[in-house]
Amino acid sequence: MLGLNKKDSTLLIVVAVLTLFAPFILNPFPADSALAQFNAGYPDLMQRFVVFGIFAIGFNILFGLTGYLSFGHAAFLGIGSYAAVWVFKLFTYNVVPAVILAVIIASIFALAMGYVSLRRSGIYFSILTLAFAQMMFALAYSVLSNPKFNLTNGETGLQVYADDPQMFHRAGLPDLPHLFGLSMRATYDLDIGAWSFSFNAGYYLCAVVMMVVFYLSIRIFRSPFGMMLRAIKSNQTRLNYTGLSPRPYALAAFVISGAYAGLAGGLMAAMDPLAGAERMQWTASGEVVLMTILGGTGTLIGPVLGAGFIKYFENIFSKINDAVLHQWFAFLPDGMEDFVVFIIHPFVGKGWHLTLGILFMLVVIFLPGGLVEGGQRLGKWIKSRGKSEETDKAKIEPAE
Amino acid sequence: MSKSNFTRRGVLKTGTVAGAGLALPTIFTAQSAAAFTNEPTGGTVTLGFNVPQTGPYADEGNDELLAQQLAVEHLNGMGDGGCLNTFTSKALKGNGILGKKVEFVTGDTQTKSDAARASAKSMIEKDGAVMINGGSSSGVAVAVQGLCQEAGVIFMAGLTHSNDTTGKDRKKNGFRHFFNAYMSAAALAPVLAKEMGTDRRAYHLTADYTWGWTQQESIQAATEAMGWDTVTNVMTPLASTDFSSYIAPILNSGADTLVLNHYGGNMINSLTNAVQFGLLDKQVNGKDFKIIVPLYSELMAAGAGENIKGVLGSMNYNWQLQNEGSAAFVKSFGEKYGKPPSNSAQTCYAQVLLYADAVERAGTFNPCGVVEALEGFEFDGLGNGPTLYRAEDHQCFKDVLVVRGAENPTNQYDTLEIVEVTPAAQVSYEPNHPMFGGDDASLGECNPGA
Amino acid sequence: MDSILLQILNGLDKGSAYALIALGLTLIFGTLGVVNFAHGAIFMLGAFCAVTLSKVLQLSFVTIDETKKDFLGNPLKVETPYVEAWFGPEIGASIIDWAVPLSILLAIPVMIALGLLMERGLIKHFYKREHADQILVTFGLAIVLQEIVKYYFGANPIQTPPPDALLGVANLGAWFGLDLPYPIWRIVYFCFAALIIFAVFAFLQFTTFGMVVRAGMADRETVGLLGINIDRRFTIMFAIAACVAGLAGVMYAPINPPNYHMGMDFLVLSFVVVVVGGMGSLPGAVLAGFLLGILESFASTTWATTTIPGINQIIIYLVAIIVLLTRPRGLMGRKGVMEE
Repeated sequence: MLGLNKKDSTLLIVVAVLTLFAPFILNPFPADSALAQFNAGYPDLMQRFVVFGIFAIGFNILFGLTGYLSFGHAAFLGIGSYAAVWVFKLFTYNVVPAVILAVIIASIFALAMGYVSLRRSGIYFSILTLAFAQMMFALAYSVLSNPKFNLTNGETGLQVYADDPQMFHRAGLPDLPHLFGLSMRATYDLDIGAWSFSFNAGYYLCAVVMMVVFYLSIRIFRSPFGMMLRAIKSNQTRLNYTGLSPRPYALAAFVISGAYAGLAGGLMAAMDPLAGAERMQWTASGEVVLMTILGGTGTLIGPVLGAGFIKYFENIFSKINDAVLHQWFAFLPDGMEDFVVFIIHPFVGKGWHLTLGILFMLVVIFLPGGLVEGGQRLGKWIKSRGKSEETDKAKIEPAE
Repeated sequence: MSKSNFTRRGVLKTGTVAGAGLALPTIFTAQSAAAFTNEPTGGTVTLGFNVPQTGPYADEGNDELLAQQLAVEHLNGMGDGGCLNTFTSKALKGNGILGKKVEFVTGDTQTKSDAARASAKSMIEKDGAVMINGGSSSGVAVAVQGLCQEAGVIFMAGLTHSNDTTGKDRKKNGFRHFFNAYMSAAALAPVLAKEMGTDRRAYHLTADYTWGWTQQESIQAATEAMGWDTVTNVMTPLASTDFSSYIAPILNSGADTLVLNHYGGNMINSLTNAVQFGLLDKQVNGKDFKIIVPLYSELMAAGAGENIKGVLGSMNYNWQLQNEGSAAFVKSFGEKYGKPPSNSAQTCYAQVLLYADAVERAGTFNPCGVVEALEGFEFDGLGNGPTLYRAEDHQCFKDVLVVRGAENPTNQYDTLEIVEVTPAAQVSYEPNHPMFGGDDASLGECNPGA
Repeated sequence: MDSILLQILNGLDKGSAYALIALGLTLIFGTLGVVNFAHGAIFMLGAFCAVTLSKVLQLSFVTIDETKKDFLGNPLKVETPYVEAWFGPEIGASIIDWAVPLSILLAIPVMIALGLLMERGLIKHFYKREHADQILVTFGLAIVLQEIVKYYFGANPIQTPPPDALLGVANLGAWFGLDLPYPIWRIVYFCFAALIIFAVFAFLQFTTFGMVVRAGMADRETVGLLGINIDRRFTIMFAIAACVAGLAGVMYAPINPPNYHMGMDFLVLSFVVVVVGGMGSLPGAVLAGFLLGILESFASTTWATTTIPGINQIIIYLVAIIVLLTRPRGLMGRKGVMEE
């Protein structure tokens, strides 16, 4: 299908089904139940899942294939967001030009930064990208937001004001990012019994984009170009000796991943028309590195899983407070209830960082290949259990 | 730009409701049955408390959260009722809001505008919050205020001190109880003149971002108006942890006063460094060297420890303030949590009660009704003395405290002493003041969402 | 002239923290080949050793003073530290006063134990793994460590003053007729850093143990083939590196009040320092630490910031880029370390 082999087609279809039915899958608990706290199927978080999924897929093309570890990719995400919001401010709330421009501008920056940084390899490359990104962050946060030349609006974040020109904006169009009139905030809530599911226009736009770029990334992984990138990772010296310069290939990968980041940034601004400088900080760059490693470096689906994992914790675990805990364990006798809440308390709410840190360690210690390896092991275990039962049967049968 | 203003203003003037539902096929506006975003239908109403729970301001956020929980208790008729007994508006009965039991959800802003918007959205979209309260930085406040305006819920700002929040970024759905940089400067200036004279030479260190700039601008204007010179203004990166290289040049600059336009960790470190370099022991131009920290908070005072002795600054509220409302709040908070409330805690507590009271008086949770009830609302009994919520910019006008680091604190809670309570009239300004966006600043239209 | 000297002094003082952390990081890179993202957290734990000791020394028992009132109007509780009760008020007070220098005695065993535990319990299993995995696991560890500290000590910085005797300012230039006032504790910090750096180099240069370690850094396999248990020595080096970072943290506590995320604040900078110095080069790390400290100091002068607005925000990164583009392996980097 679409030039993919059977395995990849299956993967693509699985991803497509998962993203299309995400509103159902992410809301497994009835809206009023105590476990509704774990529901993630509300528009903002679903959008974040796919946007960061796109970011991580792109990052994986660089890091997973070539092994070049960039610590500055958040800069492209931020640049994409700024570009998109500027389009909203100057021209129109329509997301199509905004996202396209976001990709273009981010790619240009990626080309420049990649061209310079790729002169070095290994950790020297990482620090170069980090340095560039941190410089951009520092400039965006303060210098470029001074009243005389306000490009980024600093700490507050760039946003659309009522007196912005918005040349192509006209009455009748939503006063929020929209796709030819369809507001990105438009949400259809479906209530089935105690369950409630939200279908959000913005989410589906992001989801479609993600499927397209996911497909592209599969094609890149399977292409001769992808092979070349893998060759850079496995043995650059040998590649040099065969008379091929790895740099153009690495640069291409860098720009592609930068464009993915810009796309993610543009979509992020399209979902919520505000671009903050914090999304360019090194911690944000580090986050995408963690997402990729956590999910499984160099695997197709891994980065998406990693992105979902981290964003889920950030948004769900941080909201569990003591009142919620008491509500959950209200069925226990009083002393027990307090005790259980006391035990869980450090790990949720304001302690969500702690839980995340522990999970990072557990995953990387026990699952060297990230979450994908976890999935594979689980799959194998289920299979082998099925098999061993069969072999057991086979053993028993002759006896009968 | 002014030319194109026309089209946009035109849009607003036509009276079309700003919001998501516009120009959509009806299928996409399933909530159209509701009159406004998250209309509470059952026996409960949900408020969203969005405070920093991780990052450098986590302790401040925790304090805000405690105060908000206390407010919810009082609204639901539990505890001793706190300021409900002293509040001049008697609409609240301790039976929830409009008879609905108050519940709350919490979120972590991480003191980042992105994360704050994400958690606010989650509370609005997932938990059905009708109001978002809290926060500990102006960047976050402005970002979340914009979001609440778009989403059609009320935003009650927590600790946000930048002029912009109710200046050029003011929004119809957003309200600020906390004071601002202009008020700090206006309150400090007379005290500074009285204590330090009118011929001082000030050296400014300013955190290099929006809040720092407005703070510096306000203080410079106010001090120069009373005759001070400004030697220079040096910008320091927000990420700085060591300010020694900014402090060292002050020694030979001829300045006799240092103004630290820093907040939180920045201020703690810059003040610590300044004291390390012996600035406070120096004599310049025949005067004792002085340090001023325009915006104080209890946590900053605790972090800076001994170094704050004698350092002047301003605050929105201090638990040592003697009035009926303050006494009721301090008693209630102190008995529950074993410590006096901080000024950000007081702001968040007051904001919850003010919101609840406005809903009660409006008779509806509809943000537009609430806005109407809060605009121009005059009240007392929440701890700050007589207060006005000004209709033009949704800024509270009340007395501002000038405080000083105590020389001989008796315990860890009275490290700051109140020097003067500057009356509200003295810190007031016109809604179209140039520092607040001038004539261009407008609240826009109230947005009920849905 | 005075002000230039002052900035140089200031740069050296800033640079000493960078140099100490970078030295520890390089020891770990050079010996074990591990990217340790938890190194900043060790620095932070060192500072909190000082906080803990001064808190422990100030542990108090409570007597109720009926004559005074607390904020709720109840009788005031007066707290007297046990130390003062045991040793008498004067000696007790001076023990409390000297808490920070005393914490060095606490920090050395704690940091060595922590280093051994980390290396044997966690890092050991990651030698053969990719650098990316090392980053993830040590980053996770850093988060866990700092969240634990936050849980017990809160997020607000905790003021940890130096002894009264070392408070205040000394005029260093007085002998030369210059006006160079500088905080005494910062001078102490610089001397302390110089001492530690000297000790580490002397240890590696003049002891048999150090010789073996240096040989192991150059060619691990050959040393192993000679029948020397290089792994055990590297483990000890890890503990020493942790100790260096921890002590850097202890002494840093009075300079800026410690908070739980101070390690992260230093982490990125110290990685930049290490790389600018050149991977695997100890003198490079120290040199780059001081160099970047001085450059940072000069970039924050009014003269520099008015010439190029915002230069103080980006100077370190700018220097890193320039150095890496002109010298492929940093200032003194060795070939083949962390380049794959």
